[in-house]
Parts: sequence; C-alpha cells; structure tokens
Amino acid sequence: MPDDTRPLSPHLQVYRPQITSMLSITHRATGVFLAFAALLLAYWLASAAYGPEAFNRAQEFLESWFGRLVLFAFTFSLFYHMCNGIRHLGWDALWGFELPTLRVTGVLVIIISMSLTVFSWLMAYGHTDKL
Amino acid sequence: MVEFNLPANSRVTRGQAHKAAAGAKRVKRFKIYRFDPDSGENPRVDTYEVDLDTCGPMVLDALIKIKNEMDSTLTFRRSCREGVCGSCAFNIDGTNTLACTKPIREIRGDVKVYPLPHMPVIKDLVPDLSVPYAQYASIEPWLKSDTPAPTAERLQSIEERRELDGMWECILCFCCQTSCPSYWWNGDRYLGPAILLQAYRWIADSRDEAKGERLDNVDDPFRLYRCHTIMNCTNTCPKHLNPGKAIASIKHLLLKRR
Repeated sequence: MPDDTRPLSPHLQVYRPQITSMLSITHRATGVFLAFAALLLAYWLASAAYGPEAFNRAQEFLESWFGRLVLFAFTFSLFYHMCNGIRHLGWDALWGFELPTLRVTGVLVIIISMSLTVFSWLMAYGHTDKL
Repeated sequence: MVEFNLPANSRVTRGQAHKAAAGAKRVKRFKIYRFDPDSGENPRVDTYEVDLDTCGPMVLDALIKIKNEMDSTLTFRRSCREGVCGSCAFNIDGTNTLACTKPIREIRGDVKVYPLPHMPVIKDLVPDLSVPYAQYASIEPWLKSDTPAPTAERLQSIEERRELDGMWECILCFCCQTSCPSYWWNGDRYLGPAILLQAYRWIADSRDEAKGERLDNVDDPFRLYRCHTIMNCTNTCPKHLNPGKAIASIKHLLLKRR
C-alpha cells in the first residue's frame, strides 16, 4: 500500500547529469525560448508596419547589448532545436538508438549548433559597419 | 507533477561516521543513505570507512561487509550477487546500477549509495516498488492466444525468436524506470521504460494473438507518450538493453496502424 509517511528518495539531488538528459532538457528549454522569441520577431515586424518611430524604437532595443544577447540566444536556440529536432526525426524512424550512436549524434548536435551560431554572427557582422 | 525539491520529511541530514579498523591501508569511504521508519527522524547519510584489502571487488561486497562487520542495522535487498536477480539496484555514484556488478575501482572518490531515485523508501536502501509492479501487471505480461492450444510447443522461426532478444533479458531491476525524469514527474500515470519494454516484449512475440489489444492499452497520452526520448533509461541499464528503442518501436507500430 502506498504510505504517505514514507520519505521520497532523492532524485535530481543525487542523479549525476547525463549527456542524454542534459541534451533533452536543453531541447525543451530552447523550444520554450523560441516561442517567446517568436513574439519578439512579431513585435519587430509589427513595429516596421507601424511606422518609422516605432521601428526605430524596436531597432534601438535590438541593437543594445541586452537586445543582442537575446538575439544571440535566439540564434543558438534556433540552430540547437533544429539540429536536435533532426535527431528526433531519426528516432521517429527508429534510427540512432544504439548508445554509441546516441552519444556521437549528441555531441554533433552541440558542435554543429554552436558552429552555425558563431558562423551566422560572423556573417552578420561582416555585412555591417556598425559594431 | 514536477516537484524539484524533496518534501520536508525527505530532506537528507548528516549521519554518523564509522571508522575503519586501525592499520587499514586501502580505505574507501562509503556514504550510504539511511532511513529508519521507527525513529520518526528524517533520512540521513552515514559514512563507513571500508578496508579494501579485506573486501571483495564489487559495491555489493562492501555493503555486505559493512552489514556483517560494522553496522548490522544497514538494510538492503540482494540475492544472486551475479546480475540476474535484479534485487540490489541502487543509485551508485550518481547513476542507477546493480551493486553486484559495479566494481568499486570504477568509482573515483567516495562511493555514494542511495535508493533508486524518486521512490517511497521503506527502510534504508529498500524502496517501495508496488507501483511499478502494479503497472507491470497492467500490461498483462503473459502469452494470450485464442486458437486452441497445440499438442506440442508453439514454434517460432529463428527470425521471430530473434525479435525477443534484448527484451527477455530484462530482470526488472527498475534501474531504467527510476532514471527517467518523465517517470519521476508522472510515475503515477506514465508506465515508464521498464514496463514499456515488457509491453513491447509481448507485442513483438509472434506467438501472441493480442497485439491489437496490447497496442490499444498503451495508446495513451500518459501511459506511453510521456516518453520524450530522454534516453537516461538506455544509458543506465546494467544489462545493456535498450528500453528507449523498445518504446520508439511501440510508437512506430501505432503510427503504422493508423
């Protein structure tokens, strides 16, 4: 019989972080962040439709150090969620479940999403004289 | 429900220290979760210094040595001491595994031994497994057949039999079950990796005639689809089985059936 007076054994407190669960929680976190980032994108587009004054205010925010930090996180989230999403597609087709494959594709997701993020920002800064 | 912190009665306090005998050269510290239901106190972590020169190679050897020589109140399940019974499953050094097949030398620093995570604790390292056992019963883990029983064995081809490899070896130790964050948060409704591996073991059995019924039973947002392919299960299985893949195979069959 379940007994409520029994203590619950430690879980998050003692379980060593695993590459499997860390990549999974990052997938979820980036997904949630992307939902908010989509609102930001909508705000930016709406401001452009609203008029030059509103657009300038949006631009000012996005070009501030905080705005750029948000955009950087947006870019990384997008690439990470996409790369790990491809991993999920593989799993849906029953591919990539063996442990060595799981670890290799996991590390690849990290490397590729980080590279794409850095590459995008280098491209962006390469095309502007404003730093 | 997701509850990151432990309830007030479950917070772990610092316990007693048991020193090794004087003159011990290779001393390893074991930090072991203790809970005494009769004391009314919170769980604690006791420290035991074990002389490895007079101890067998596995974590279970050390636990038995501690119980025999240092503290007979230490309570844990064990039986076969060779990885086939599934009794001595604990959280050792941060991941779930069997104490009898986990060499002490693989662990750097102190050896931390906790009960299987996010389970009600009966005493010390003994968790209450009645929920997973009830979940196991719910998938009806026996051969179901409507055709009259044959006079001889129900034969399988070599290929049909091969489908069951990687599933019949499961010893129901629940290492995977209690490594799964999804099971931690939704263990009352999600069947969990160990049970779903068993569900697929019967779905994939060529002799079973209740495949559709079995698929219906698991086709549920909670019972099956709380699996988000986190894969801690496969990562921790001491028998090197692949519950994550078995669950994906069930999802795949459900998709094909649609």
